[in-house]
Amino acid sequence: MELTGAQALIKSLEMCGVETIFGLPGGAILPVYDPLIDSPIRHILVRHEQGAGHMAEGYALATGKPGVAMVTSGPGATNIVTPIANAHMDSTPLVVITGQVPTSSIGSDAFQECDITGITMGITKHNFLLQSAQDIPRVVAAAFHIATTGRPGPVLVDIPKDVAQSTMTWWWPETIEELDLPGYQPTVSVNTQDAKDAADLIAAASRPVLYVGGGTLKSQATAELLAFAERTNIPVVTTLMARGAFPDSHVQHLGMPGMHGMYTAVMAMQRSDLLISLGARFDDRVTGRLDGFAPEAKIIHVDIDAAEFNKIRRADVTLQSNVRDAIEALDAALVTPPDLASWWTTLRDWQERYPLAYDEPENKGLLRPQAVVEAIYERSAPGTIVAAGVGQHQMWAAQHWKYESAGTWINSGGAGTMGFGVPAGIGAKVGRPDATVWVIDGDGCFQMTAQELVTARSEGIPIKVAILNNAYLGMVRQWQEMFYEERYSEVYLSPDLPDYVKWAEAMGCVGLRATTPEEMRAAIDTANTINDVPVVIDFRTDSSEKVFPMVPSGASNDGIVVHHSQRDPS
Amino acid sequence: MTPEPIETAASPANITHHILSVLVENKAGVLARIAGLFARRGFNIYSLAVAPAEIHERFSRITIVVDADSAPLEQIVGQLNKLVNVVDITDLSPTDAIERELLLATITTNVDVQTNLMEVIARANAAIVDVDAHAVTVALAATPQACDDFERTLAGFSQVELHRTGRVALPRLGRPANPLAE
Ligand SMILES: Cc1ncc(C[n+]2csc(CCOP(=O)(O)OP(=O)(O)O)c2C)c(N)n1
Ligand SMILES: [Mg+2]
Repeated sequence: MELTGAQALIKSLEMCGVETIFGLPGGAILPVYDPLIDSPIRHILVRHEQGAGHMAEGYALATGKPGVAMVTSGPGATNIVTPIANAHMDSTPLVVITGQVPTSSIGSDAFQECDITGITMGITKHNFLLQSAQDIPRVVAAAFHIATTGRPGPVLVDIPKDVAQSTMTWWWPETIEELDLPGYQPTVSVNTQDAKDAADLIAAASRPVLYVGGGTLKSQATAELLAFAERTNIPVVTTLMARGAFPDSHVQHLGMPGMHGMYTAVMAMQRSDLLISLGARFDDRVTGRLDGFAPEAKIIHVDIDAAEFNKIRRADVTLQSNVRDAIEALDAALVTPPDLASWWTTLRDWQERYPLAYDEPENKGLLRPQAVVEAIYERSAPGTIVAAGVGQHQMWAAQHWKYESAGTWINSGGAGTMGFGVPAGIGAKVGRPDATVWVIDGDGCFQMTAQELVTARSEGIPIKVAILNNAYLGMVRQWQEMFYEERYSEVYLSPDLPDYVKWAEAMGCVGLRATTPEEMRAAIDTANTINDVPVVIDFRTDSSEKVFPMVPSGASNDGIVVHHSQRDPS
Repeated sequence: MTPEPIETAASPANITHHILSVLVENKAGVLARIAGLFARRGFNIYSLAVAPAEIHERFSRITIVVDADSAPLEQIVGQLNKLVNVVDITDLSPTDAIERELLLATITTNVDVQTNLMEVIARANAAIVDVDAHAVTVALAATPQACDDFERTLAGFSQVELHRTGRVALPRLGRPANPLAE
């Protein structure tokens, strides 16, 4: 069967099981958009290519399947660089197709030419510049294979216009060998001796902690984690990337560790004598100042990526494996779990003294942002998916919501990309249309990518957006208040410029505003009954609210600052 | 033009160096991927040599001398191994490897230096590969140490233009190389 390169590309995407592409066409990718008309693949036309990338990420995080985005060359390609970098930091499987100028023009500064494989070399797991149409099936299959196996990540395929226009004889690689990737062997199996050594450390520990990272979700190990945690009675912390990997309602869950983590989660790691790291990477936001981090802890480090071992913190035992297989191996090797009664006494004492705290919800005509998050949680269906932007609102959404299952928390962790929330929420809703999706966004973040609500409205993707409108780049304001003597530099935004309600309405969404607790509850309930169009609620919140607990940047975790009501009077 | 006096900084003798013999797919951009990785992760390269590998023109062999003080070898190898085009990495510890480097130097001559120069060349076992009335070009293929020594001796002559290739290496016979990753 003779096909054009463009037809072969679309057919290859179909062969890889792609159901949705997020994208926006242009000159160099034009040939590929033509056969798309005849394909069962749904294409979602975004308003900015950054939106396409974050939608693909949200889709991937909500479904576990790779997200796919397609854009044109030059500015189309550079517009999607931020989502690619974001996906790289958070190990999210993406396949990004970019158009390229014809092969004969490459290197000539042709119209809309840019070296996108060069630009994304350091922020993709791998990228390809297609050389011939005959190679398309292999390269597309390889892109999906690389994106989804081992440590997942973004893969970019750059297709020159002449390659899309030339013809090829259709074929499909049936085996991994045909992908011709001699340097890529992602499968690893647990070394049983290592598992035994790790089990010995666990059996001998008196203050162990299961330090659960995003890799636990990536390897779909939540059931194994739950069983192992319950069998051993070891306390669990879930990082920002792992919220939902272990039920927040579970008695063994201490919450999120890190810069804005729960006091008990942070201190449990600090005082631990054994950290069992499951697909986590000792990020600086978790460790605080490294030389003060968990000084007495031995480390069992489980990761599919061997390059994570001993990168930040030297491990006593390493297990190169996906988290699921590793937990099973640990469970099999562990004969008698340790007695943790006195450890739990300490932990329960901390939990009692330092629960999550904020000031009374009632407040001079402004809402407490924490109370907004809690109200949305209480008034929305179980299993609701939350997507967040980046800033204070993100931390409150991570702290004050109860995540019970995988794929319900979608955020930008490693890169901290403002503007992630709205498009990621749209992507999540596309992937899981039956779930309610709430975006908890900041006013600053909303202004970066709000135009994608036009996409959401026109494509029939009814998400709900809660803007915690504190009129500020709040997280930066918090740092300036705490560490720059309240010298506020370029952080004020205004509560009513833009008018978020009118803006929402102009984008075909329902726009609501709430300034009192009654209005807040009513607006949430209204939003939860609207299921045909997107809803945006402008929650007017108190700009002086700060996120606590907080480990000041550069400080050891021992220097954790709790809410003022919990501080010693001294 | 007098070349700058040549420092021995090019010589890794005084630092912890490792020789990585890296088998890569012979594809466009592979060298950029490796160089980019070293640059963005702050790993230092002392020298680097690339050539088609023996087996097949599908592969190239890159010999990289790395500064294991700039980052732990384990990190360098771990990150390198994640490059999809990297097929195999072997750590050749200097004691277990045969290493060679090629040095080319053009020395401007005059009657005064000539005899002295001929002696230096002979002692180093270097070969004269080009001559004219004013200059002589010599070549030396030898261990990095011998190249260092020769380079130092040549520094005594006033006008020298010198190039070195960076080393290539193979495991010493009877001492199996340490396959770090594949
Ligand atoms: C693209 C981008 N630019 C800048 C920053 C730095 N930054 C982090 S949080 C933040 C403020 C976010 O403001 P807003 O969305 O209103 O959230 P808030 O903190 O007020 O809840 C800024 C500017 C960032 N993370 N990403
Ligand atoms: Mg704000």
